[in-house]
Amino acid sequence: MAELTKQGLGRFFARQGILVAFVVFMIVFALATPRFIDIDNIAGVVRSSAILGVMALGVTFVVIGGNLDLSVGSMMSFSTIVVLDLHDKLGPALAIPAMFGLTLCLGAFIGFLVGYLKLNSLIVTLGMLSAIHGLTLTWSGGKNMDIADKDATWFGVFGQGYVAGVPSPIVIFALLALVLGVILSRTPFGRKVYAVGGNGTAATFSGIPRARVVFMTYLVSAFCVATAGLIQASRSMGSQNTVGQGLELEVLAAVILGGASLLGGAGTVFKTVIGVLILGFIQNGLLLMGLAFYAQYVVTWVIIILAVWLDIAAKRGRLWSPIA
Amino acid sequence: MKKDSRANLIKQGAIWAFIVVELAFFSIAGEFLSVTDTAFMDFDNMLLLLKQSAPIGIIALGMTIIMINGNIDLSVGATFALAAVVLLDSMSWPFMQALGDWAIPLAWGFALLTGVVLGAINGLIVWKTGVDAFIVTLGSMLGYRGLVFMYNGEQPTSHLNWTLVDFAEAQFLGLHTATWFLLGTALILWLVMTRTVHGRNAYAIGNNREAAVNAGIRVGPHFLINFMLIGFLAALSAVVFYSESGSVNPNDGMLYELWAITAVVLGGTKLAGGYGSIVSTLGGVIAIQLLRKGLGHIGADTETVNLVIGLILISVLFLDRQLNRKGREDLKT
Amino acid sequence: MTDTTPALRLDGIVKTFPGVRALDGVSLELLPGEVHALMGENGAGKSTLMKVLGGIHQPDAGTIYIAETPVVMTSPQQAKREGVVFIHQELSLADELTVAENIFLGELPRKSLGRVDWQTLYGNTDRILKTLNVGFDARTRVGDLSIANQQMVEIARALTVDPRAVIFDEPTASLTDAEKVVLFEVIADLQSRGVGVIYISHRMEEIFKITDRISVLRDGQYRGTLNTAETDEEEVTQLMIGRKLDLSRNESHHEMGDVALEVRNLSCGDLFRDVSFTVRRGEVVGFYGLVGAGRTEIAETIFGLRDPSGGQILLNGEEVRIHSPQDAIRRGISLVPEDRKGQGLILGMNCRDNMTLPQVDDMTAGPFVSDGAEVAIFDQYRDKLDIRTPGWRQMVGNLSGGNQQKIVIGKWLSMRPEVLIVDEPTRGIDVGSKSEIHNLIRDLAAQGYAVIVISSEMPEVLHVSDRIVAMYSGRVMREFTSEEVTEDSLIQAISGIGGDKVA
Repeated sequence: MAELTKQGLGRFFARQGILVAFVVFMIVFALATPRFIDIDNIAGVVRSSAILGVMALGVTFVVIGGNLDLSVGSMMSFSTIVVLDLHDKLGPALAIPAMFGLTLCLGAFIGFLVGYLKLNSLIVTLGMLSAIHGLTLTWSGGKNMDIADKDATWFGVFGQGYVAGVPSPIVIFALLALVLGVILSRTPFGRKVYAVGGNGTAATFSGIPRARVVFMTYLVSAFCVATAGLIQASRSMGSQNTVGQGLELEVLAAVILGGASLLGGAGTVFKTVIGVLILGFIQNGLLLMGLAFYAQYVVTWVIIILAVWLDIAAKRGRLWSPIA
Repeated sequence: MKKDSRANLIKQGAIWAFIVVELAFFSIAGEFLSVTDTAFMDFDNMLLLLKQSAPIGIIALGMTIIMINGNIDLSVGATFALAAVVLLDSMSWPFMQALGDWAIPLAWGFALLTGVVLGAINGLIVWKTGVDAFIVTLGSMLGYRGLVFMYNGEQPTSHLNWTLVDFAEAQFLGLHTATWFLLGTALILWLVMTRTVHGRNAYAIGNNREAAVNAGIRVGPHFLINFMLIGFLAALSAVVFYSESGSVNPNDGMLYELWAITAVVLGGTKLAGGYGSIVSTLGGVIAIQLLRKGLGHIGADTETVNLVIGLILISVLFLDRQLNRKGREDLKT
Repeated sequence: MTDTTPALRLDGIVKTFPGVRALDGVSLELLPGEVHALMGENGAGKSTLMKVLGGIHQPDAGTIYIAETPVVMTSPQQAKREGVVFIHQELSLADELTVAENIFLGELPRKSLGRVDWQTLYGNTDRILKTLNVGFDARTRVGDLSIANQQMVEIARALTVDPRAVIFDEPTASLTDAEKVVLFEVIADLQSRGVGVIYISHRMEEIFKITDRISVLRDGQYRGTLNTAETDEEEVTQLMIGRKLDLSRNESHHEMGDVALEVRNLSCGDLFRDVSFTVRRGEVVGFYGLVGAGRTEIAETIFGLRDPSGGQILLNGEEVRIHSPQDAIRRGISLVPEDRKGQGLILGMNCRDNMTLPQVDDMTAGPFVSDGAEVAIFDQYRDKLDIRTPGWRQMVGNLSGGNQQKIVIGKWLSMRPEVLIVDEPTRGIDVGSKSEIHNLIRDLAAQGYAVIVISSEMPEVLHVSDRIVAMYSGRVMREFTSEEVTEDSLIQAISGIGGDKVA
């Protein structure tokens, strides 16, 4: 009986541990620095996490489907540069859909390679990380991209605007999280993503078109990346070619922190949002406590390892690995 | 049976054939397109190429062993940077300065020790917690980078020691110091992987972990040793590079892990482990550097390199799959 | 067999796993120089017993004696040191390494600086290979060898120590006849050197050819040892199967409808050739044969998982082309696959979601999956199939094998298929659930489904089939009706003896 409770407790932590950790963090930070729970501060954190968060939503689909996406960082740079460039050439109303179209093409290409050709997603997206970076540099000629007349455009609404008093990046992040969360948990497509990631062979044997589902997860990811690029471009109205560099691994860290298994089949949009917010609040909390931004890296490291370790420890029923 | 052997031979030779094609292409294309007058196959140019291959190359050689073992290490870039910071900073410590040039080997020792310790941390976590190496090193990539920043804030760490610079810029038998380090590392690791019990066991573990465990090979210590080895090599790479440059930015070494993995995969090492060779990785490293220089030589924008390398990586994967595919009666799963 | 001190003796071995008594006081005695068959149905406890012997599992009670000295086995390496070596069914070789490295895996000879002593390694390997009379050398890469030769490498590995007992686990599963002859020679050689051999196999023919004694396990219990020379297949089979599952044939008959599925000259590469058969509505057709005879591959081809290289598939008299499982499902074909955990279920998903997976597209209210419709289906089939689970939210991975299998069957029944293919319906399932599933299959036929049952267990095939198709090496050897079939003729047909092809 004792064992059962212990197991139950283990399972509870395996399932809800990330939520518990989140609450504990908030309390500790709130006690340490009262300014932490200030509504403006919280809004500021969510706002600055929005870009990472939007990308993490898409990667959640890819990871639950049993694959990786290391190309989102450089793809985000691409989206940002392209939309900024096209803004002055076509005007914002045409530039935005054009940028989404191009980014989705990249996503479709990756989805084709990983889904239909069944190539290893780690290497494919690693290659695409490099290739898309090259594409971006070629597009921009290596120069920074700026909107010529920053005051004469409505383009800033996605990054700098407000909807009913709420900063628009937060609104976009929340809306997208809601929509994608519902898609993942409530629609047939979402169910298939879990099936394909949980056991691809069994999914095939159940008549699930595995290749198409994987393909779609990369489209979702590309859509999210395009959205993130839009927010980024709109917020800064100008950008370097490397604006998204390194984000791919931070995004992955947020998704893993949210409890998605790299083996696929597990994770939720809600937990990814929590993972993103934890990263954001750690950074913010440490800053408020007077530590430099890079302190969060070390803390994040410890948290990721602990989170994944405790998760698998709960599943295998023992803390230390059986590796001899 | 024969067919398999031939496929193996093709695989091992492929990277060198690719290098030859690159050389031929850039030499010929260079005749028409080159922005400079020098020939691409110029001897000094090639020597320089080897030297420039060294920093990523040394790391990629270590990554080969990690991947043969069935793991991956994403933290090498950060390890590289931290070792560089320790190298340069330690030389400005008062007691070190008192030692004069004797501080150099000591500083090297500190830097290399840093690498070994960081590698050991990764290895121990992978071994003891059973968390996948991808996640462990993804975490420590962030963590180690944080340590780099903590060391000196966002300021670059600089210390120029002219004895060191002279050493780093020296040429021996025509080859630069960095090149010697690259080749020496390759030779030693090649011996380790082909001649020692540790190397052969690393193959066995990556190839069929269950069989290795059943045969009584202790997987954990092998993981630990190999992570310590790659930590050491990342530090060695930093030592070689920063002895000359004398200044390290906290963001240095970013994405080195991805370049190293690219070189290793180009060299034909299997991501799943158990197959790969040090010599082929050396080929992969040279092929990438050739591509960089070659594209520059024919006047292509340097940015095109990223595009080309990415697409080549994917093509290699695709060709490998086509080579290994069986008949159409395969189960479609 | 002059020495009568057992090389190896197991006494009263008990091993329980949560909820299962896998071994219940099993005893076994192996004399030096004898070949001793260990037989029993799947799940009878053979592999658990061998895992106890190999130190992978620790017994709850009982003792292992080596030459009458009690030993505690803690690992396969220790077992090897005691002279007990295993030749596994699934080869455990590193195919990128050489033959020599594989044979001495984990114990490569060393020189200074941790270097491999290649001279000693190759020398020792060559010596062992010479005794085995094989046609490859120590430096060959194992991946370049045929399966049979890889098995020789496994055997060579056993000979690195001076073995007292060598255990062969289904060694002939993937060997050709010629390769088997070589294997049997090796076994005879071991025997003549005074090594005791435990030979685990389902193949009666081989058992009677090479073994001296036969011990039988059933439901985790020791059922007796017979002298091979003094017994016959019937007695062994009886011991194996006991009273619970008889060899009775299907006797229930009911009206059959039209031909639902017809297969004409279907071929798929080397896997199977020129396979033809029909299945009527209301009929159960059993496919019987050894592992590797091509039965599963036929099912997979009909289900769109493999592309046929020739032949036709007709549904209700109309030729159809099936390129994917989606095609098959659309046309009313369902497949309950052989490997329940690998192919049938998503273990990390709950019972309901697993069951409704193939039709999740149709269970919608607007764009969303309709919880109500899904639960309704789950409840319906839970009651119909008597699935025991605390509720639909239960992860499938936490259910017993029998209940898992019922989830898979429920999944496909709820699709209301015209043709239902069931591959190894009761593998690894307890006896109680077995007969439930058998009854269920008969019921389905009575309701007018056309059913194909693929099985490696003769009683099962006899029990549920109206007709039996016997396969051997990718070909249909014979078809039997349930009236005309006899065990002998069936065994002969699947062993490739005296088959006359029935059109």
